[in-house]
Amino acid sequence: MSAVLAVSRRAFLCTTAGTAGAFVLGFPVRAAAQGATPEVNAWVVVHPDERVVIRIARSEMGQGTLTGLAQLVAEELECDWKNVGTEYPTPTENLKRQRIWGNFSTGGSRGVRESHEYVRKGGAAARMMLVQAAADEWRVPASQCTVDKGVISHAASGRRTSYGKVAAAAARLTPPSEVPLKDPKAWKLAGKPLARLDTVDKTTGKQVYGADLQMPGLVNAAIRACPVFGGKVKSFDAAAVAQRRGVLKVVKVGDDAVAVVADTWWRAKTALDTLPIEWDFGENAKVQQADIDAMLKAGLDADQAAVGNQNGNAVDALAAAATRIEAVYSYPHQNHATMEPMNATARWTADRCEVWTPTQNGEAALAAAAEAAGLPPAQCEVYKIHLGGGFGRRGAVHDWVRQVVAIAKEMPGKPVKLIWSREEDMTHGRYHPVTQCRLRAGVDAQGNVTALSMRISGQSIVAAVFPQNVRDGKDPVVFQGLNNGGGEAMFGYVVPNLVIDHAMRNPHVPPGFWRGVNLNQNAIYVECFIDEIAHATKQDPLALRRKLIQDPKRLAVLNAVAERVGWDRPAADVGGQKVFRGLAQTHGFGSYVAACAEVSVSKDGDLKVHRIVAATDPGHAVNPQQIEAQVEGSFVYGLSAALYGACTVKDGAIEQTNFHDYPVLRMREMPKVETMVVPSAGFWGGVGEPTIAVAAPAVLNAIFAATGIRVRDLPLAKTSLKKA
Amino acid sequence: MAKLNVNGTVRDHDAEPETPLLWVLREQLGLTGTKYGCGVAQCGACTVHIDGVAVRSCVMPVSGVQPASKIVTIEGLSRDGSHPLQKAWVALDTPQCGYCQSGMIMAAAALLKTKPRPSDADIDEAMTNICRCGTYNRVRAAIKQAAGMPTARSASAQEIIHVDRRTT
Repeated sequence: MSAVLAVSRRAFLCTTAGTAGAFVLGFPVRAAAQGATPEVNAWVVVHPDERVVIRIARSEMGQGTLTGLAQLVAEELECDWKNVGTEYPTPTENLKRQRIWGNFSTGGSRGVRESHEYVRKGGAAARMMLVQAAADEWRVPASQCTVDKGVISHAASGRRTSYGKVAAAAARLTPPSEVPLKDPKAWKLAGKPLARLDTVDKTTGKQVYGADLQMPGLVNAAIRACPVFGGKVKSFDAAAVAQRRGVLKVVKVGDDAVAVVADTWWRAKTALDTLPIEWDFGENAKVQQADIDAMLKAGLDADQAAVGNQNGNAVDALAAAATRIEAVYSYPHQNHATMEPMNATARWTADRCEVWTPTQNGEAALAAAAEAAGLPPAQCEVYKIHLGGGFGRRGAVHDWVRQVVAIAKEMPGKPVKLIWSREEDMTHGRYHPVTQCRLRAGVDAQGNVTALSMRISGQSIVAAVFPQNVRDGKDPVVFQGLNNGGGEAMFGYVVPNLVIDHAMRNPHVPPGFWRGVNLNQNAIYVECFIDEIAHATKQDPLALRRKLIQDPKRLAVLNAVAERVGWDRPAADVGGQKVFRGLAQTHGFGSYVAACAEVSVSKDGDLKVHRIVAATDPGHAVNPQQIEAQVEGSFVYGLSAALYGACTVKDGAIEQTNFHDYPVLRMREMPKVETMVVPSAGFWGGVGEPTIAVAAPAVLNAIFAATGIRVRDLPLAKTSLKKA
Repeated sequence: MAKLNVNGTVRDHDAEPETPLLWVLREQLGLTGTKYGCGVAQCGACTVHIDGVAVRSCVMPVSGVQPASKIVTIEGLSRDGSHPLQKAWVALDTPQCGYCQSGMIMAAAALLKTKPRPSDADIDEAMTNICRCGTYNRVRAAIKQAAGMPTARSASAQEIIHVDRRTT
């Protein structure tokens, strides 16, 4: 257990003690901490026994980035994959070393696509130094040496050595200035469906999550914040719970929350349940869901709106069109509902603050901890722990970190572990933004779309989280998947007269980045409306898309799914039920994705999603089997949202409290998923998010094909599919 | 001191009788492989076996567990991760974040005890655990693989290179 308390400045790992002995997330770094095994460079440590530790700056939350990034480093390092382990550098170490590991932020499907070049260079530079060290020892040119799986050879003299033997000498060399990278066509580890590095402990219960941390003297905290966002604590009666077994302290946290600290979390939680708290709910307590809906509806007709994409003159072209089609869609607030509720452990003293927490952004967690601690970041440390789900909740804001530090400040020197209840987690999220959208299309007599307008009204994440990024009232992230070029999230249809704008309407419910972000609703709006245009003008939905799409990569993923399902012939019946199809495609997080859903709807309105065929072009595919896992998982997340996901407001507070009233997809509802990974090279796209955006529209379009019912008000649970 | 038979060992604890078994396991006995996800028996992350039956330990008061009852947690499913389900889970690279997987494996282990060759409908009925990462299809495939049944995993998943990463 002392390993926990001995975490030193050089010990990069979050070292955690469990009851079955000390566990280390990754390899132990005791030797490195003592200076016996110097790092070859910031990314690579080679131990004398040949173990290779690759440093990973991004966070592992299930998406597999830990393995993918290690593959990229190992590819260039030419080490033996069997010897590879990983560790997280800490954010404070990153600050001290002028951010040598770059950005820690793990969101926006950025892990691989934004760091592939510098992590590969880290691996390549380490290889060059290791080979140079061997060449120096043998007094031969490095160019005459070869390396295979960590074994360096000089053919002419028949000499061989290994990375472990030359690592110390390599570490003393000057890093090379020119670091060429392999052509991806020559990859041996990257691009291959390797097994994840973090699987075994997740099958035995040994994987340590934040809530599992144990350390000497640790106390536990349960917390309740004002149910109404913006409300405050008026008073509480600590004496009422002071005598309960195990209770140590009742703490006001900030101006809106109260925590009970006890020897165990269960005792803290049950004491909190009985603690009398009076709240000052504030003005927001007057807000009902209908008020939010009306506020957004008004935005659909507002004069002022920020334009995100336009060409031609959509207003005039709509007026002149032979046929006009119009529809209004809406998308609700949703909770991330990570399986592991928010949690963190902190220990605060007057001159140091340490935090152990699952976070998607160690640097942002450090900033939050330092601010809450009242200490400079250099006197604080954040030890990252693998996340029990992130989905964006654990990235931009670290409200739970501020809370735990505030509690720990009341108990100097004591490690305090804060765990949110599911109810606290459900009602104090950073919710998927709420929006509505009115779409109008003009179509000529030949079925050509001559005009398209799209007015989005609703919430801006950026205005709440990074207000400095709002320029002239415009939140650029609102237009994900609707942009004119840019390579990040582009609009796919070429229409001669186009306008897409946003009337920002921000309710009091705090928004956050939610896996897929604004691409989710934008893809529903566009892809369902394209389907509406096709049906209204008696065109095939695939043919209409093909007519309007010019980007060959976009067409390629769409065509791939259409061919795989056999779009040109009807789907086979399943169990006597007719099966219908729906299509969707989009571009987001740098990748092209498309999906075709096959569904049936019974006479009683029961929906069954039988199969989804999906295609992803991420440019380069670092681990195809993990991309497949991300695509499958994206359908679970996307269908959970489409079918059920809604957080609604009553008296200013979120009504849903747990999975009984915030249902999510379960195994019996899970369709068969066929994933095609079709990397076309030349660019790097993300894979954790884009597919979520095609899940809902593909299924909604299939539902229309099956029933004639056009679901425009999400989630689907609000609409009966029963045949009239 | 009350007694519980957990993973073949009789253990003492001094939790209040109404404390859910989950929190006795986690906080009194240090068995943190069993997870808290919802506290209301919705998600199944807390699944353990009591006398071979899958139980959601977050709503089971510890006083409701008989001293003679045999509790098995993920830590006791096998000594070394060698249960056929654990091996199949690793072989198919099933977990993503992993938080729900202890409960998934325990629910599946109870299923295979009563139905060694479960149908898809059996799996649907027994496996009501929530996974937010979306591992459901690999979970289904891993259960079938552990049961010695043919699975429909794609070629890429079959070709995964397996390396034992245990670091303890």
